[in-house]
Amino acid sequence: MFGTGMSNVSGWLSKSLMARRHALQVLGSFLLPLLIWCAVSYLPFIWHPKMLVEVPGGVDYFRAGMLVDKSVFQDELTSMQAQNLELPQGKPANPIYLPAPHEVAKAFYTAFTKAPEQKDLPWLHESLWHSVTIIFWGFLISSLIGVPLGILSGTYSSMARLNEPFIEFFRYLPAPAFGALAVAVLGIYDAPKISIIVIGTLFQQILIIANTTRKLDPTIVEAALTLGTGRLRMLSRVVVPGILPDLYRDQRILLGWAWTYLIVAELIGTSSGITWFITQQARYQHFDNVYAAIMMIGIIGFGMDILLGKLGRRLFPWDRSQKKE
Amino acid sequence: MTIDTGNKTYLQQSDAVRARFDKIRQREVILEARHLGKKYISAQGEVEALRDINFEIHRREIVCVVGPSGCGKSTLVRTLAGLEKHSSGEMLLDGKPVTGPGQDRGMVFQGYSLFPWLTVKKNVMFGPEMNGASHDMAERDALLWLELVGLDKFANAYPHQLSGGMRQRVAIARALVNQPRILLMDEPFGALDAQTRIKMQTNLLDIWRNVDITIVFITHDLDEAIFLADRILVLKAHPGEVQEMIEVPVPRPRSTAQFGGPEFRATKQRLEELIHPPVQHEENEDEKAIKPHLLRFTHVTDNVE
Repeated sequence: MFGTGMSNVSGWLSKSLMARRHALQVLGSFLLPLLIWCAVSYLPFIWHPKMLVEVPGGVDYFRAGMLVDKSVFQDELTSMQAQNLELPQGKPANPIYLPAPHEVAKAFYTAFTKAPEQKDLPWLHESLWHSVTIIFWGFLISSLIGVPLGILSGTYSSMARLNEPFIEFFRYLPAPAFGALAVAVLGIYDAPKISIIVIGTLFQQILIIANTTRKLDPTIVEAALTLGTGRLRMLSRVVVPGILPDLYRDQRILLGWAWTYLIVAELIGTSSGITWFITQQARYQHFDNVYAAIMMIGIIGFGMDILLGKLGRRLFPWDRSQKKE
Repeated sequence: MTIDTGNKTYLQQSDAVRARFDKIRQREVILEARHLGKKYISAQGEVEALRDINFEIHRREIVCVVGPSGCGKSTLVRTLAGLEKHSSGEMLLDGKPVTGPGQDRGMVFQGYSLFPWLTVKKNVMFGPEMNGASHDMAERDALLWLELVGLDKFANAYPHQLSGGMRQRVAIARALVNQPRILLMDEPFGALDAQTRIKMQTNLLDIWRNVDITIVFITHDLDEAIFLADRILVLKAHPGEVQEMIEVPVPRPRSTAQFGGPEFRATKQRLEELIHPPVQHEENEDEKAIKPHLLRFTHVTDNVE
C-alpha cells in the first residue's frame, strides 16, 4: 500500500514537473525574442547605428531630435573641433524603424484609448474588425467549395483525375496576380479582396483535403462495406466522420494561410483594414503603431489557433493524435 | 516409410468424430467455391493469387484456412467478403452467386477496424442502422451482443480506450449483430499476446456453440487452426491452390488440455509437412545472402554459456 502510494506521488510529481517545464519552455520561446529586442533597444553599446542630436552646436543643419549616422556625427564633431566652434551633443540611437518595446506597448494601448489624429480615420480596432470580416468571408466561401470538392476528390479517383491536374496548375498562379482582374470584375471595395483570399486558399484546400481523405484507413471503409453500407451513406457516415479531426486540423492551418493573403488582398482596390492602417502609419513614420498593428495580427491569429485547438480537443475526444500537441 | 505412417495417423478418426463429420455433411451447404481464380496485375506483371479453388462449407462449421505466406489466404477471404473481385469461377452463398460485399457475410479484420469516432455501442449499432433498423432496435440488439461478448460495461467507451482483445470482441459483436450467414475472420487474433489469444479462441468457440453461425477463419498459427476448426483448408503458394482439406480428428468440445493429445500432434505434424518445407526452402534464397561474421567483443574469460 505504502509503496504504491509513494509511486503515485512520485508519478504525480514528475507529471507536474513536466507540465511546469513545458510551460516554462513555451514562455521562454516568447521571452527570448523579447529579451533580444530589449537588449538592442535599451543597451546603447549594442547596435545603435545612429546618433540622436540633442544639441546641434555649430553644425548648421543639425536640429535637436534629429537622427544622423554615427559616422556623419563623428565627421561633424571633428570638423567643429577643428574650427573651434560649439560641439554638437547627442546619444546613440536606433533607426526610426526600430522603436523600443515600451514605445510599442504604449502605442498598443493608445490605439484603443485615444481617437485617431484625423477625424475621418478609423480606429485600430475598426480596421482590425474590417480585416477579420474579410478573412471570415474569404475563408467561408473557400471552404464551402473546397471542403466538399476535396472530400469527393479524395474518395473517388475519377473525380480526382477530373479536377486535380487543373488545380495543381492553378495553385502555382500567385493569387495577388489576379488583383487587377478582381478589381475589374468585382469593383474596388471588399469583393475583390475576398476573392483574392479565396483564390489563395481554395486550390491548396482542395488538394490538402483530398490528401487527408485518401489517408483514411482503408480497412475502416472495408469494414463499413461488409456491414452493408451503401455508397451515399459511406460518405456521410464513414468518410466524413473518419477524417473530421484531420480535416479540422487542415482547416486550422489553411486559416493561417488565409491570414497571410490578407495583406495583399487589402492593398487591392481601395486599401482598407489593418493594411491600410499599417501603410498609413508607416507613411507618417509612426513605426510604434506599425509594430503594434502587426503584433495585433499575430495575437489574433495565434489566439484563434489556440482557441480552435482547445475546441478541437473538446469536439473529437477519440482523436489521439491531438494529445501529442 | 516412417514418414508415410506418420502421414496417415491424422486420418484416423474416433467413432464420435466420424459421426460428427457425417452429421456436418448432412447439413446444407452455406458457402461454395467452384473453380475460383483470382489474377491481378502488379508491377512485376500478372500474378495468379488463387487458382481453381474448390470447397463446400456446411452450416455451423468452422473452417480454418492456413498456408505459407503469399498463398493468398487473405485474398481468398477478401474475395469471399466481396472486397475483391474474383477473375474466374464462381462463389455461391446459399446457392446464389456473390458479387459485392454485403451484410450476409460479416468480417473481422486483423487490424482493429472499429470506427474510432463512435463509442463501442454505436460501433455495434452501425450495421443494423445501415440496414434500416430503427435507432431503438439497433441499440437493443447492440447491447444484447455486447453482453454476449462480455463488454456491456464498456458500451460508452471509445475504441482507443480498450485493449486489443476487447477491441476484437467489439469487432466480433459488430459483425454478428447483422446476423450474417457466415463470419469471415482474417487473422483476427494475430496481433494479440498468447494468453489473450487463447482466451479469445475459447470465447469464439463459446459464441459459435450458441449462435447459428458458420465461420471461415484465416490464421498462420497452426495450433489455433487445429484448436478451432472442424476442417482445415491448406493452401500452397504461387499460385494459391488447395493442397488438402483436412478433417480435424480432435474431438469436441475442445479444451486447451487437448493441445498435446495424439490427434492434435498428428494433425499438426501433417500441417507442418504440408506448409513448412517449401516455405523454408523459398525463404532461404534471400536468407542465404546474409552471412553474419561474428567477432568477439568480450573478454575471453567472460563467458555466458
